[in-house]
Amino acid sequence: MCLLNKGHQLPNDLDRFKIRLDSKICSYKWRSVLINHTVTTMLKSIILFSFLVGCALALGPAVLATKGAVWPKPQAEEKTQDYYTILPHGFNFKVPDNVGCPNFLNDALTRYWTIIATAGSKVSQNSWTRFQADGNFLGTLQTLNIDLEAGCESEDIYPKEGDSENYTLVVDAQGATLSASTIWGVLRGLETFSQLIYVEQDSLIINGTTITDGPRFTYRGLLIDTSRHFEPLTIIFAMLDAMAYNKFNVFHWHIVDDHSFPYKSRTYPELSDEGAYHPFSKIYEQSDVARVIEYARLRGIRVIPEFDTPGHTSSWGASHPELLTACYSNNEPNGNFGPMDPTKNSTYDFVTQLFTEIVDVFPDNYFHIGGDEVDFTCWQNNPDVGTFMGENNIATYKELESFYIQHVVDILDNLESQYLVWEEVFVNGVVLPNSTVVHVWKNNGLTTLRSVVQAGKRAVYSSCWYLSDLQSGGDWNGFYKCEPVALIDDEAELDLVVGGEACMWGEYVNEFSIVPRVWPRASAVAERLWSDREVTDVNDAARRLEEHTCRMNKRGIAAQPPNGPGFCP
Amino acid sequence: MFKLLIALSALVVISSAYGPAVRATKGQVWPKPQQEEKTSDYFIVRPHTFSFQGPADIGCPSLLDDAFTRYWSIIATSASLERRGRLAEMGKKHTKFWQLDESFLGNLESLKVEVSDECTDDALPDFGDNENYTLTVNADGATLSAQTIWGALRGLETFSQLIYLEQDALVINATTITDFPRFSFRGLHLDTSRHFLPVYIILQTLDGMAYNKFNVFHWHLTDDQSFPYKSRVYPELSEKGAYHPVSKVFEPSDVARVIEYARVRGIRVIPEFDTPGHTSSWGAAHPELLTTCYSNNQPNGYLGPMDPSKDTTYDFINNLFTEVVGVFPDSYFHIGGDEVDFSCWQSNPDITTFMSDNNISSYEGLENYFIQHVVDLLDKLNSKYLVWEEVFVNGVTLPNTTLVHVWRGGGFDTLRDVTKAGKYGVFSSCWYLDHLSSGGDWQKFYECEPLNFDGTDEQKKLVLGGAACMWTESVNEYNVMPRVWPRACATAEKLWSAESVNDFGAAQPRLEEHACRMNMRGIAAQPPNGPGVCL
Repeated sequence: MCLLNKGHQLPNDLDRFKIRLDSKICSYKWRSVLINHTVTTMLKSIILFSFLVGCALALGPAVLATKGAVWPKPQAEEKTQDYYTILPHGFNFKVPDNVGCPNFLNDALTRYWTIIATAGSKVSQNSWTRFQADGNFLGTLQTLNIDLEAGCESEDIYPKEGDSENYTLVVDAQGATLSASTIWGVLRGLETFSQLIYVEQDSLIINGTTITDGPRFTYRGLLIDTSRHFEPLTIIFAMLDAMAYNKFNVFHWHIVDDHSFPYKSRTYPELSDEGAYHPFSKIYEQSDVARVIEYARLRGIRVIPEFDTPGHTSSWGASHPELLTACYSNNEPNGNFGPMDPTKNSTYDFVTQLFTEIVDVFPDNYFHIGGDEVDFTCWQNNPDVGTFMGENNIATYKELESFYIQHVVDILDNLESQYLVWEEVFVNGVVLPNSTVVHVWKNNGLTTLRSVVQAGKRAVYSSCWYLSDLQSGGDWNGFYKCEPVALIDDEAELDLVVGGEACMWGEYVNEFSIVPRVWPRASAVAERLWSDREVTDVNDAARRLEEHTCRMNKRGIAAQPPNGPGFCP
Repeated sequence: MFKLLIALSALVVISSAYGPAVRATKGQVWPKPQQEEKTSDYFIVRPHTFSFQGPADIGCPSLLDDAFTRYWSIIATSASLERRGRLAEMGKKHTKFWQLDESFLGNLESLKVEVSDECTDDALPDFGDNENYTLTVNADGATLSAQTIWGALRGLETFSQLIYLEQDALVINATTITDFPRFSFRGLHLDTSRHFLPVYIILQTLDGMAYNKFNVFHWHLTDDQSFPYKSRVYPELSEKGAYHPVSKVFEPSDVARVIEYARVRGIRVIPEFDTPGHTSSWGAAHPELLTTCYSNNQPNGYLGPMDPSKDTTYDFINNLFTEVVGVFPDSYFHIGGDEVDFSCWQSNPDITTFMSDNNISSYEGLENYFIQHVVDLLDKLNSKYLVWEEVFVNGVTLPNTTLVHVWRGGGFDTLRDVTKAGKYGVFSSCWYLDHLSSGGDWQKFYECEPLNFDGTDEQKKLVLGGAACMWTESVNEYNVMPRVWPRACATAEKLWSAESVNDFGAAQPRLEEHACRMNMRGIAAQPPNGPGVCL
């Protein structure tokens, strides 16, 4: 079934695609996305609204893009048929006097002015006459007033856990106003404002709109793994840009792992000298890390580093094999190394030194300490480990792992850093303070998530959002349909689910493939984490994501197509 | 001492821990040559004192010089200062390892290239061209011998792949290669209708093809969704049927560039204009070409496949295909014929009348009637053609020059039937690049043996090759390169190398090197084997 609401006038550039909406063609085009849609809006204007019907058109795009629809969908949004045009060179932002972070704010305004100005390939006044004859035309929008209610204390503010990101945005006959209580809310509102603007023929248009918005979850993360393949800084910046376009607010930087150690430590530079894929060209210098943190900060994105231990640490052993457990075969060391050696004080001394540095380098008050997938075989066959366990009354390898993690946790407590841990740490029973966030990633995650919050711990969910899991097609529906708290009813427990994260493990992506692998698939996760729980209509999302993907392309993000055949105008 | 060089290139390390998952070879050729012997002796190549020496009296000096320039640049940039620096830093010191090494043969000053057949500068690669070559690098120097210019191109590609960077020096081992393709038709199919792909992407794809010894670019130019080919006879087809009449079209000059770019790389360009189905975009400008669909005995406003009942349909096709055969110099044309939906024909009373007037009793019969007309047009134009398998399966009378393109599930049985009927087959069933799985996702392509069907030797000789197919519903200009490469390399090796070259584990280290080689040459290939690095 493919319905076209005949009451809607199609814009000229899509006219040619409306000719045949043939349900038979829809059903026989095996690769196409089928869209069933009933148009609910009563709006009509010369502007095609955000509700255009897409269908598996034989001719033209499989899904017709919306115009000026926001991704992720705002919590409350009303639009009218009234509209302004925007002429970028006559448009500016009006900011409050006495704002405590004028540079920070100006930086954002410059970014968004540029985005708006480059949104239309041609912007002119050619349509003026036509507009003037239209009763819905409100004129040219010259200003977006920004009302920052609580101000911002200083220029060096960092986004942190629990910041309000709420904002309201009103575009009506009186003008346009963005109000927020925090600078972070202003950033989110600017992103929304920029997305409301769309190109109609040769003009930039924005409709009368009232939006009251705020995130469903406070923690909306994207994991990038820079160990399995090194990703150059340009890629990380592109990722942060795209994260801002999708209102993600946590960059989980899985910076090191077994395969390489690209972080150049001040304390132990030999870790990357020996453990990176290349000691100069495949590392992150301190200045690189600082640039990433700053680039993210200006976009309201926290950078949470992960230094995963005690497993996933082979690359540490390139320069410091003594940190790792020597593996034995037939009671002889066999030359291989396993996880960190939990029996030696020197291991903890090293970790203390390194993590003291990391907590200093990364300003976020959270640190991801890993703790996943520890392989016990090497511990099992090492006689010193066996002796140590006997002497310390440690009966199982899980307990030994917990012994290790407890030390790391104590180190971070001393450093006054809070932490995330992969779910194994919770499941294995390590004593964790309630500030700890348990990162649920394995199968049966919904159940694990429930048991985490039932234990009073906070949780971040990733089980259904592994971007490394691939299927043919646009491959985002599965991410979109995943509801993280499906098994949790209790209000207090729901509050403990702070959010989720899309994970881009780097085994099979390099700098040439990572951006289209992540985008727009991670956009599905972004909407699940930001928008209301009831925003679950995949068909509606498909049309908005079609627009949003083209929007990202236009802004320089190499996103792949979400919905089958199509093009970006 | 420097047997190490050789030892390294054969080393296979699969490791889950520190470093790359699969260690790349050094100086290994993809696709694997038919016969190759290497020794531990080696030359060093210094690009600025290295040159190609072509025959003085060759008939196609420009074609050959163009190739020399390309390959000289490839060799010279593979030793970029940056890259040499990077590798030297890995080695921590500039050892000048060749000094006092008895395996060191000196600097290689030139590659002597011999071509025995006559050639001309406007030579076109064609069906059945000889692509054989021999390449010898020994203490006396280096010589590439081929019968044809096309063989010389393949040999130059091989020569460039034998060279690898060792610390800060380009090294080539003494090598004797006798090589030839297993199949003569080694295609890559690219769909520019579902998503428009800009010309630069097509040119990069042709580069990638040359690096993998593909020799047919199957250009699926038009389909239901858009008609980007700008016709001289019917420009309205793209004006109305392209995604955009100016920015999403291939101008005649674009098409000419693609053909020329392919030609000088020994790649044929076979256009596909698929009919009678997959033609919705034609109807944007010419709805009269398509069958009017009926509901309750009334036209319902929808259009189906081409209308086979009207002479005007054939007149139009005749004019368009006359143009296309003129524009594309290859002797073959892909006329499609797949996935024709009969429901619209069934609903249309004029079609029913036409069928009974012409004693056509089935819709397959009607499809055949249509295709037979198209085939007759092409016969008149002296063009040969490929058809998708449905045309054969439905029983259209085809001359023996026709290539039947097998693509559906059950392809081996179809290939058996095609060859049993004495027709040529081209195989794609197992090489659909749009079929995705997690991981490097090329093992399934590599482990597909196209002759794995029950048939006689004579039948198997009728299988001319295959094509990897990149349908573009879910790829655009931003992800098509890493989607195709290096996954299509698996198909390339199946089509070039000996049948016995079928060990995935042995191929992994070579593809690790080859994917990095493509990256270095500007092809945005994705990683084939898991964690790793290109240095």
